[in-house]
Amino acid sequence: MTSVLEIKDLHVSVETEQGTKQILRGVDLVIRQGEIHAVMGPNGSGKSTLAHTIAGHPRYTVDSGEILLDGEDVLEMSVDERARAGLFLAMQYPVEIPGVTNSNFLRTAKTAIDGEAPSIRTWVKDVKQAMENLRMDSSFAERNVNEGFSGGEKKRNEILQLELLKPKFAVLDETDSGLDVDALKIVSEGVNRAKENTGLGLLLITHYTRILRYIKPDFVHVFVNGKVAEQGGPELADRLEEEGYDRYLVGA
Amino acid sequence: MAQTAAQHGITAHTEGAWDATPIQTRSERFTSAEVADFAEVSGLESVWKFTPVKELQDLFNSELDGSRDNISVDASAGVKVAWVPVATSNRGVAGLPEERGAANAWSRAEEVLEAHITGENQTLTLSRSALDKLPRAAHTVITAAPHASGIIVLRNTGDAQLSENVEIVLGDGADLTVVSVQQWSNDAKHLSSHYASVGRDASLKHIVVSLGGAIVRVNPSIHLNAEGGSIDALGAYFSTSGQHIEQQVYIDHDAPHTRSRVTYKGALRGEGARSVWIGDVLIRQSATGTDSYEQNRNLVLSDGTRADSIPNLEIETGDIAGAGHASATGRFDDEQLFYLMARGITEEEARRLVVRGFLLEVINQIGDDSLEDELRVAIEEAIESDLSNS
Ligand SMILES: Nc1ncnc2c1ncn2[C@@H]1O[C@H](COP(=O)(O)OP(=O)(O)O)[C@@H](O)[C@H]1O
Ligand SMILES: [Mg+2]
Repeated sequence: MTSVLEIKDLHVSVETEQGTKQILRGVDLVIRQGEIHAVMGPNGSGKSTLAHTIAGHPRYTVDSGEILLDGEDVLEMSVDERARAGLFLAMQYPVEIPGVTNSNFLRTAKTAIDGEAPSIRTWVKDVKQAMENLRMDSSFAERNVNEGFSGGEKKRNEILQLELLKPKFAVLDETDSGLDVDALKIVSEGVNRAKENTGLGLLLITHYTRILRYIKPDFVHVFVNGKVAEQGGPELADRLEEEGYDRYLVGA
Repeated sequence: MAQTAAQHGITAHTEGAWDATPIQTRSERFTSAEVADFAEVSGLESVWKFTPVKELQDLFNSELDGSRDNISVDASAGVKVAWVPVATSNRGVAGLPEERGAANAWSRAEEVLEAHITGENQTLTLSRSALDKLPRAAHTVITAAPHASGIIVLRNTGDAQLSENVEIVLGDGADLTVVSVQQWSNDAKHLSSHYASVGRDASLKHIVVSLGGAIVRVNPSIHLNAEGGSIDALGAYFSTSGQHIEQQVYIDHDAPHTRSRVTYKGALRGEGARSVWIGDVLIRQSATGTDSYEQNRNLVLSDGTRADSIPNLEIETGDIAGAGHASATGRFDDEQLFYLMARGITEEEARRLVVRGFLLEVINQIGDDSLEDELRVAIEEAIESDLSNS
């Protein structure tokens, strides 16, 4: 059975010092396993809010709407339950965890997701291989999670987790920003490899069209002012590259 | 002692006024074995200003019980252990008290527990588990013969209201690991001053693990007074609701090519959980080619805690190999929790992972598997009991 992630008429707000702020205003998206959906939009349009809401970040309040994973109510699940159900979020700003080594973190996460500890021999080999593929020095295994990593190293570390944890659906929140061309290629290869190996569905959030040269979307959604303003195929990305977001912002 | 008396004339009156002078070089701090040489403790003194001194008045002022305490000894063949009356003991070789709590213990102790280590890979465990809540004094002197090596564990559990002095003397080329583990019961009070003197090319690993007790203050003063001496001073502590855990670490580089590494890490959780770390490193004029680094890191796990962390570096010579310090107090915040949970890890497991990893980073540096295992278990137990109480 192909898994499906459905987002239906999602309204989300956040509490700020100035009061409640509405951010998502009716988002509809359907992503099937194996599909790549690019969500493109200007800064502040609510892309990260969408990503965090899917993952269950407690700051965001769902006012109405639904998120369903194969018909199961995702909004009822805690953050860790969502991850164990097969959802993954590669964060725009990965968090540093002092005192926890990357290798310990990865093993703990893998054990949690699979419900049992991975066999030590294959696991060590898998981690080593995945790190090599992402051109991560082996010292990153024994360093604390993201601590002192450069922006690009943090993004690679996110993709490392993506490759090792093998989710059904991954939301990549601006994984491309802050990467130079070489790093962008390495990270994109990682994402493509994960898709090839596991057939996951991808929600690729980006501000720029650059990453779409390396990761080919099946669908493109233009995200403006908390909702999808237009959708189409890859050609929509080309048009955005030429015209930018101005066309949508005028209307908003 | 003559020197002490002479110093007393100069400094006794200024003791309480130290705070008025912003910087007082550590080497000039007044020392004395006589409790009467120290004024009553007000809490304004620089050595006491972070400590809940009201609750320690008995240890400062009362006639501490200085008889042999109930300590069990487990020693390997090369270790000689004996109780020696203070008059004939060799105490005072590694240092003297700098404050009233330690001086009161010094003045009241009637016998000294002396342990002398010869040969290699020796082990000695001194366990206190059956003290009562009455205030008492203790004095321990550990000496390692030249080129002796071994591991000494001071294990503290149960009730206590104890002020103690521990002297550690390493002969030339000796290599000693000394661990003091505090897993006291909830209302225990413990003041402990350690004084170490490190011989030529000798190497000391000194570890303080404080997990249980109401007020636990362990202050190691390490004197690197012979060429090539080395100290690794490590500490791990977990302060929970209502606990005060303190350590004032003093590294005195007083000979060429001496080396020090100080790493203390602590976690705090719960209303009123407190920790204090003061790290004084003095590099004297004599200490050319010194290599020194000290750091303290605190992990704050909840609101309502307070961690004071104060590194001080005094350098009197221009010719050093390296000297640095770092101090950081960071929160385990909701974003970290979210990140770990977003990888499938449960909230409880996430908290455990972070605290455990943070504190074990210190333990992993000890270099003795069975001791590391024992301390790992101690820390895990502290984390478990904290989690199950919250
Ligand atoms: N936690 C928050 N607190 C306050 N405002 C927020 C928060 N998260 C998002 N916002 C606001 O919501 C809007 C959308 O933010 P975001 O989802 O980060 O957009 P994008 O990722 O598209 O740049 C912005 O105006 C932002 O300032
Ligand atoms: Mg964003």
